[in-house]
Amino acid sequence: MEFASEKKQELLSKIARSDRHGEHSLYFDGWKAYDKNPFHPTQNPDGVIQMGLAENQLCFDLIEEWIKNNPTASICTSEGVGKFKDVANFQDYHGLLEFRQAVAKFMGMVRRGKAAFDPDRIVMSGGATGASETLMFCLADPGDAFLVPSPYYPAFNRDIRWRTGVQIIPVECHSSNNFHVTLAQMESAYTKAIEANINVKGVILTNPSNPLGITLSRETLTSLLSFTSRNNLHMVCDEIYSASVFNSPAFTSISEVMQETECNPDLVHIIYSLSKDMGLPGLRVGIIYSYNDQVVNCARKMSSFGLVSSQSQHLLASMLSDEVFIEKFLEQSSRRLAKRHSRFVKGLEQDRIHCLEGNAGLFLWMDLRHLMKESTFDAEMKLWRVILEDVKLNVSPGSSFHCPEPGFFRVCFANMDDHTVEVALKRIREFVSKGNENGDDKKLLQKKHRQNLNLRLSFTSRKCDEGLMSPHQRMSPHSPVPHSPLVRART
Amino acid sequence: MSSISSNRKPVLSQIATNDGHAEKCSYFDGWKAYDRDPFHPTQNPNGVIQMGLAEHQLCFDLVREWLVNNPEAFICTEEGVDKFRDIAIFQDYHGLPEFRNAVAKFMGRVRGDKVRFEPDRIVMSGGATGAHELITFCLADRGDSFLVPTPYYPGFDRDLCWRTGVRLLPVVCHSSNNFKVTRKALEDAYAKAVEANIRVKGLLITNPSNPLGTILDRDTLRELVSFINEKNIHLVCDEIYAATVFRQPNFVSISEIIEEDQACNLDLVHIIYSLSKDMGFPGFRVGIVYSYNDAVVECGRKMSSFGLVSSQTQYLIASILSDDQFIGNFLLESSERLATRHKVFTHGLRQVGIKCLNSNAGLFLWMDLRGLLRESTVEAETDLWRVIINDVKLNVSPGSSFHCSEPGWFRVCIANMNEETMKVALTRIGEFVLRNGNKLVRKEKCWQNNLRLSFSFRRMDDVVRMPCIMSPHSPIPQSPLVQART
Repeated sequence: MEFASEKKQELLSKIARSDRHGEHSLYFDGWKAYDKNPFHPTQNPDGVIQMGLAENQLCFDLIEEWIKNNPTASICTSEGVGKFKDVANFQDYHGLLEFRQAVAKFMGMVRRGKAAFDPDRIVMSGGATGASETLMFCLADPGDAFLVPSPYYPAFNRDIRWRTGVQIIPVECHSSNNFHVTLAQMESAYTKAIEANINVKGVILTNPSNPLGITLSRETLTSLLSFTSRNNLHMVCDEIYSASVFNSPAFTSISEVMQETECNPDLVHIIYSLSKDMGLPGLRVGIIYSYNDQVVNCARKMSSFGLVSSQSQHLLASMLSDEVFIEKFLEQSSRRLAKRHSRFVKGLEQDRIHCLEGNAGLFLWMDLRHLMKESTFDAEMKLWRVILEDVKLNVSPGSSFHCPEPGFFRVCFANMDDHTVEVALKRIREFVSKGNENGDDKKLLQKKHRQNLNLRLSFTSRKCDEGLMSPHQRMSPHSPVPHSPLVRART
Repeated sequence: MSSISSNRKPVLSQIATNDGHAEKCSYFDGWKAYDRDPFHPTQNPNGVIQMGLAEHQLCFDLVREWLVNNPEAFICTEEGVDKFRDIAIFQDYHGLPEFRNAVAKFMGRVRGDKVRFEPDRIVMSGGATGAHELITFCLADRGDSFLVPTPYYPGFDRDLCWRTGVRLLPVVCHSSNNFKVTRKALEDAYAKAVEANIRVKGLLITNPSNPLGTILDRDTLRELVSFINEKNIHLVCDEIYAATVFRQPNFVSISEIIEEDQACNLDLVHIIYSLSKDMGFPGFRVGIVYSYNDAVVECGRKMSSFGLVSSQTQYLIASILSDDQFIGNFLLESSERLATRHKVFTHGLRQVGIKCLNSNAGLFLWMDLRGLLRESTVEAETDLWRVIINDVKLNVSPGSSFHCSEPGWFRVCIANMNEETMKVALTRIGEFVLRNGNKLVRKEKCWQNNLRLSFSFRRMDDVVRMPCIMSPHSPIPQSPLVQART
């Protein structure tokens, strides 16, 4: 029997048999727990609340309204069906010209006109997931490595490494300076890699950062860009959250920094997608934008493996080129994210839970070190299971983001309605006060509170008075099969 | 460029700098010629006619009518927009259940409901292009190989080999037996690989065949199943043209063969599918990997994250394919229209002494121009092809680009144009043959001063009038691989 199953295993490739798809990590359990018992305000009010999914569900009302008012944007309406044939037939890997133009314009608008994008450099991919992998296939050989500041998005392990054979070298960031990556850290990691005979091909930055929810400063970007150019390394910037910045400092893109820094443009590449900023992950719109002509050419050929559906290209070409709508959308999205962020941060602060001061993204980086009996990843896991099974919140433990320090958790806040937010905060309050009844925890809490923590609360009360009604939290996705976090192409 | 010093290590990957994308082969010129000078019945009647693109453009009227009558089936109509949100956020790599159910049902229907497909084995991919790469990543390591009967679809060189590092080894087929794949040819190819110390992981077949337009008979399929089981290698069946069979004999899918063969190891069998040809939707990028191996389904599903089908498109496809009545009618009509188109073309070619391989499927003909070659070499074929492009102004595809072992064959696509364009193409071919008639070696000659091609339409009033597709929306010169799949 054992021999038979071994033989069966050999039928598959090494890639297929490896674990580098990353789905066996412990926090798979969080998703199982959610799937088995998903929260619903009326039908299942004691269920698990999904806080592990970085989705922007706050602005669908605006998009739905736009769709109703723009029937020609669809090839399935009576107004638009005249274009069905041409669109359904269109499989050119350059992409619809109007789509590329609209995306380029949108990217420029998100950067407030500080950088302009060339439609001929826009290359499609199967979501940002496909974009990351394709870029690696273009830039690196198996065994080569990229430096990535940690904590980082867990699925990079799959996207960057799985089928490409490329390695990730984490550049560990620490709470002592609010997890900001520094030039010194980067240089140190690079030197160490070189000494270990590893062929480093470049750096991957996510800006704004997932899971930290912060934007990188102009100074940091400048120094890192210079560092990479000096050492002939690629600078890959994942800017997937670029329009999810809701508080100062304003977003600075690598595309702006390039204009004022001496660098080699052939080494600079941007990954983008509409999954977060527009809240349309299902449409699989990934973008590679490279300043290197050869990379554009090569990535474009590779895009055949994951083109954007021409139906979706057509819809988005129309939507993104509606400047009036997009301006309104970006402004509203920012506002609603700020409000949601503020509510959560305030709510947590009342329970003496601090978060990293964030100004972007769809999540908080929550500090629960004071609730752990010891500063270990084991303790973090134990705490996480309690949060999952007793508090019934699916949050994501910092270890899954390769955070070098235990005790931090990523909490998503933009994928639910206001009511669910209150339920979540109430549960956290109850959990914390239960802990307070227990002497040990209380002492722990007091000790941490007395320490001079660097983490400060952020109060964003820019538009506190705005009322926002959004639809109910989405129910469990349409599948009976237990999920891992990676079932969502991007979490 | 800056003055920053650079060390000398290569900046890009090997994959990025090799020719594995397969776009440098000489028939790129055909596409450049078409792009520079595309045919249009009124605006450019002397332009190049595109006959190198295997697209099914004959049934859009049916789809259009269905769309207009079913507004609630889409998320961007007034009637359907309340579903927009749920669909737009759906990125689960299992795919919408209604999508998988509809595709499984459609695949069964196309095979005359002789087999049933399980929705849970349906894995999405970025078109058949993505599907082929995905299955290769699942089954083979870098340096491994797949056997593939020649002639074969040129895109396989990119899809199976480029980023995977896997190789394709030809199983040579000959015109002497109508390019049928034989056990001997398989054994020879396998033995060659073993001798060269190359590990063979599987056999890839396309049924119905591109470029031949023929289907594999039951005996051949059984032979293939026996072969792969004996060697313990995978069988990957690309059935992308399954619903383009327009005449007897009926299509036999590998799924039927394995149902009756108890001895077959199901873990070795996988089907590649897509809606690009059968439904005529190449732009929607609906690729499917259907494996009988659970581990491959699981792994493939994880990999599908790199090329999922847009949820908006999944929803549309689920709607269309679930309409049993519409699909039944569509498949019938499609078959009839393809049959008609095929008949007209082959008849027109026959009248000027050009034979094609006897075929009953696909969107193309496998045309025999060996008689027009000055000598039986690839160079002569290429020269003839340049003449066809530059003088006759038809972009057809030379057999060498399909790795055909015998020079002189050309694939001619016939379902991507309207009737008018088809007539123009036939006229041009006729005129060309007349000019070069004395070079043709054929049994019967058809000299006609006044070339009149007679068309026998089964139902003349059913011939669809459609505009010829213009150059795709790009000013940039293209290679054939610009179309994800040709």
